[in-house]
Amino acid sequence: MKFRAKIVDLACLNHFTRVSNMIAKLAKTCTLRISPEKLNFILSDKLASGGVSMWCELEQENIFSEFQMEGVSVENNAIYLELTSENLSRALKTAQNARALKIKLTNKHFPCLTVSVELLSSSSSSRIVTHDIPIKVIPRRLWKDLQEPSVPDSDVSIYLPALKTMKSVVEKMKNISNQLVIEANLNGELNLKIETELVCVTTHFKDLGNPILPSESVSQSRHPEDMAEVHIDIKKLLQFLAGQQVTPTKAVCNIVSNRIVHFDLLLEDISLQYFIPALS
Amino acid sequence: MKCLITGGNVKVLGKAVHSLSRIGDELYLEPLKDGLSLRTVNSSRSAYACFLFAPLFFQQYQVASPGQDLLRCKILMKSFLSVFRSLAMVEKTVEKCCISLSSSNNYLVVQLHCKYGVKKTHNLSFQDCESLQAVFNPSLCPHLLRAPARVLAEAVLSFPPALTEVTLGIDRGRRVILRSYQEEEADSTNKAMVTETSIGEEDFQQLHAPEGIAVTFCLKEFRGLLSFAESANLPLTVHFDVPGRPVIFTIEDSLLDSHFVLATLLEQDPCSQNLCSPNPCQPVPQKQAHSIPHLDDFTNDDIDCYMIAMETTVGSEGSRAQPSTSLPPVSQPSHDLAPASEEEEEAEPSTVPGTPPPKKFRSLFFGSILAPVHSPQGPSPVLAEDSDGEG
Repeated sequence: MKFRAKIVDLACLNHFTRVSNMIAKLAKTCTLRISPEKLNFILSDKLASGGVSMWCELEQENIFSEFQMEGVSVENNAIYLELTSENLSRALKTAQNARALKIKLTNKHFPCLTVSVELLSSSSSSRIVTHDIPIKVIPRRLWKDLQEPSVPDSDVSIYLPALKTMKSVVEKMKNISNQLVIEANLNGELNLKIETELVCVTTHFKDLGNPILPSESVSQSRHPEDMAEVHIDIKKLLQFLAGQQVTPTKAVCNIVSNRIVHFDLLLEDISLQYFIPALS
Repeated sequence: MKCLITGGNVKVLGKAVHSLSRIGDELYLEPLKDGLSLRTVNSSRSAYACFLFAPLFFQQYQVASPGQDLLRCKILMKSFLSVFRSLAMVEKTVEKCCISLSSSNNYLVVQLHCKYGVKKTHNLSFQDCESLQAVFNPSLCPHLLRAPARVLAEAVLSFPPALTEVTLGIDRGRRVILRSYQEEEADSTNKAMVTETSIGEEDFQQLHAPEGIAVTFCLKEFRGLLSFAESANLPLTVHFDVPGRPVIFTIEDSLLDSHFVLATLLEQDPCSQNLCSPNPCQPVPQKQAHSIPHLDDFTNDDIDCYMIAMETTVGSEGSRAQPSTSLPPVSQPSHDLAPASEEEEEAEPSTVPGTPPPKKFRSLFFGSILAPVHSPQGPSPVLAEDSDGEG
């Protein structure tokens, strides 16, 4: 197994740093999947037991100027690594003004992902900062659990409002209740509701717009005013929203009534999918 | 003693106190002919810091009123720091600072003359004490490197703020490296990230050290001096020796001098132990060997007790609680600095909670065995607490 890649463009580096910061907020430990064309950050807690699921994908050639990898075998040309997300974002943070950044898979005392940053020193001599991020190689038999989750046929699909606004609303709601109801309809309306014995609070978002779905069959039979709702753990929603530092290029929310809520974001060229299951 | 500090120097003093507060809980203030000395040492005696402000630093510097002895005092670091708590405020509002100590007063008086006629007077209670002086001599260290503080500060930026220890060494190609140090963990699944910064020789004003040398010391304690040096824009000199011997950081200026002496970790691998002693825990000053036969009578006890007792006989030295680390200030056979002595208060049992009595007795006993020339100090307390759960 081999992997080595290099970033020389500062804009690409900053973009990659932003993604890794976001991943660090969304998942403490995650899987990094390296394949010839793409890099994926995967979090796959068992959905059945109420865990969230995350799939983040980026095209390697948009970030790296050099990229070489050799997977486990020719037929299975991929590498799956488990790492602590914060380590990667911390390593990248030191590369604010780097001349170049190299990442490679190494084995110094323990298997690690070595991030080597060449900084410009004030006296024009180069300074090199190296980070050895400990990783665990995930054996092939576990790969099946780490595949791209299938996007379910949703009852309602709607564009999200400003994520910062959603976050501040949900943050206040968190103090009142542990559960939140997220509901939306095909009329561009999305509601965030919490209910307790004493109080009921709802925030209404209107005129959001609904994306046109390829299969119109399900939505055609649906009354546009009908809300599809899911009861979810408010902390999971808050964690997702807290991870969003930049305004996405596109943000869609797909709801499968009483089953799952699926957030589909596009941040320039990087796609992020986040699944929060309904509370049982 | 009376001294007056004006203008920007008040902030410099404040910054110095902040750096010292990173090391110890008590500040030893001693007005000397050479200037005002502020010193501290940490609880495990593995770090010592001192600032000496030359008379030129002050607008007025009076060591002692005529007819008075030189006074020395020990103040709670917290109290002294509270005077300079907010450096930004100090910079903006304080015009003059007057520190005075007299034997008639029960307090060390620090008076801040601020803008708009505001005068803040702090009366800090103190204790009389013996002089705190660590035994070290930078010129005896074979290796040194010198760089503007900024170079080292930038290098240290890439480390997580919580990192405790860091290794400084010289790599191939005459590059200076700083690497985060992690203790060997039995639980290999939870390894921490290792960060290393490599700086080219050109960034250093002086570099006299062979390739391959490396010493490990406490980063937290070092950061105190580093931030001071960076704000004062002064070069920092690092004097070091083999692992186990203390590393000495110095700043020199016409107005002030500062020394930070930090213990370094003794290497665990067998080949380097030859440099120090066959027993990894044995303290370095083997000149004290003549006292060892006496100690044999007491070695039926567990080895840790023996080690701790040994350390206290030499009085000034101590070590970190872990047996694997060694001592900082080493008593030199000769001329330079007087062996450190502690004030009587330290012998109280309350200073080292949880120390079982037998150890203390042993150390008191050893105090009397040593030849008088070696022990101006009184009964020395057990300086290291029982390490929790470690051997």
